[in-house]
Amino acid sequence: MSWPRPGSPHPEVANRTRAVGPPRWVFVPAAAGAVFVVLPLAAIIARVRWSGFLALVTSDSSLAALALSLRTSATSTLLCVGLGVPMAMVLARTSFPGQQVLRSLVLLPLVLPPVVGGIALLYTFGRRGLLGHTLEVLGIQVAFTTAAVIMAQTFVALPFLVVSLEGALRTSGERYEAVAATLGAGPTTVFRRVTLPLVLPGLAAGAVLSFARSLGEFGATITFAGSLQGVTRTLPLEIYLQREVDPDAAVALSLVLVLVAVLVIGLVRAGRAA
Amino acid sequence: MKRWAASVVAVLLIGTAAGCGSGRSSGTSSGSPSGSPRQTLTVFAAASLTSTFTKLGREFEAAHKGVKVSFSFAGSSDLVAQIEQGAPADVLASADTKNMDEAVSAKVVENKPVAFASNTLEIAVPPDNPAGVTSLKDLATPSTKVVVCAPQVPCGAAARKVEQIAKVRITPVSEEQAVTDVLTKVESGEADAGLVYLTDVRAAGGKVKGLTFPQSSSAVNTYPIAALKKSKHATLANDFVNLVTSTEGRSVLAAAGFAAP
Repeated sequence: MSWPRPGSPHPEVANRTRAVGPPRWVFVPAAAGAVFVVLPLAAIIARVRWSGFLALVTSDSSLAALALSLRTSATSTLLCVGLGVPMAMVLARTSFPGQQVLRSLVLLPLVLPPVVGGIALLYTFGRRGLLGHTLEVLGIQVAFTTAAVIMAQTFVALPFLVVSLEGALRTSGERYEAVAATLGAGPTTVFRRVTLPLVLPGLAAGAVLSFARSLGEFGATITFAGSLQGVTRTLPLEIYLQREVDPDAAVALSLVLVLVAVLVIGLVRAGRAA
Repeated sequence: MKRWAASVVAVLLIGTAAGCGSGRSSGTSSGSPSGSPRQTLTVFAAASLTSTFTKLGREFEAAHKGVKVSFSFAGSSDLVAQIEQGAPADVLASADTKNMDEAVSAKVVENKPVAFASNTLEIAVPPDNPAGVTSLKDLATPSTKVVVCAPQVPCGAAARKVEQIAKVRITPVSEEQAVTDVLTKVESGEADAGLVYLTDVRAAGGKVKGLTFPQSSSAVNTYPIAALKKSKHATLANDFVNLVTSTEGRSVLAAAGFAAP
């Protein structure tokens, strides 16, 4: 399994080649694709009952779910950065036997159905799981806690950070790092002063994707963490539950989730442009 | 900026490509081994009816040459919502009267629904019963991890009702979306106990132990079935309803733990 490496061509290359532009016919499937993505969003907006919107999204259960979602997604994004940056460094800057296999394994949650991730986490950290007994002896119980939500989110979101940062690291190359090293900078200084600033856009992209993926996490959470208001019931779980009794509330909350996602992406774009 | 956008696009592409590969749902359509059946009867039934209705579907196919029964098993409210949105179904069997009433008021039901089974709650515990649960009252013990259905779904509404009748206040560690989620949490030993239907305990075999409790009779779930108005196979649809409500249907349901309505 080989992964495409994100990143635009080097500026010099882009300048030398004349822009050809895509063949005209691609606009037809491209437009169809865009409509396919945008239309359902429009349909949600069309279905919102605005009269009760505010009451629905500011109910106790909705606010608890939104707050929990934001809190857990922010925490899991931090975890993704903390774990993902070193992982991407190791994958991009070193080579050792079995690295390809390791890369595929690390990126596996990307292609795994989240429910499978939840089951895997359950049999690892659950009470009767692989580490369950050890954890219980230590007095740690993960299941049905907010920590379980964060673990589920981190599990599914981590590959997004690793894959985008590894791409950015490979694209930025090692020239500047090598120069800094010859000028006497130690590996940690090179990492902090050269490597990180160079790949900051890739890191930001990865962090945003991780946050968005955490925000939308459903399958692993419901399988591994459970569903209790204020503790484990995040916004997607609340939406799914509200659908049972009050489809209007589910639609209103869906719109909130869409807005939060748009806001996050917009903020980062604005930050990049500034 | 450009590089940022490119990274996002690339990652999203990988994501979607992967999603396309794994997201292929296992459809209900399947070729029959000996010649294709001429008619397909589509039955929408509550998830808790999966094993019994699959069995009855095979009996129905054996009695009706050239007919294939295709099932869609899901939560009752999902099924009703799908039918209201125009899903092609011939028969609806719901796990509670509330959702069937909604189907009736949406005018998608052909005849008056017939009650064909009922179900009561049981306490499910792991086989070794780690928390030593023996009665409904034990579920109120703070150290006991109890999982129930959310009050929004039928099994949760029933759980709340028995709590009130028995004057027991359970503080669950999780309120699940579906009864099967409660069951799996007990099966895996994550939870010490859960409130599920008697038929779920029966279906789980030895993976959970069921404990009956007297207050369960205060929250009996009735299962109604009805042929649907949009059905293109009205006779077949009624035949299927008749099979489910017949003594033959009763015995299949009884074997799974369903009581008479």
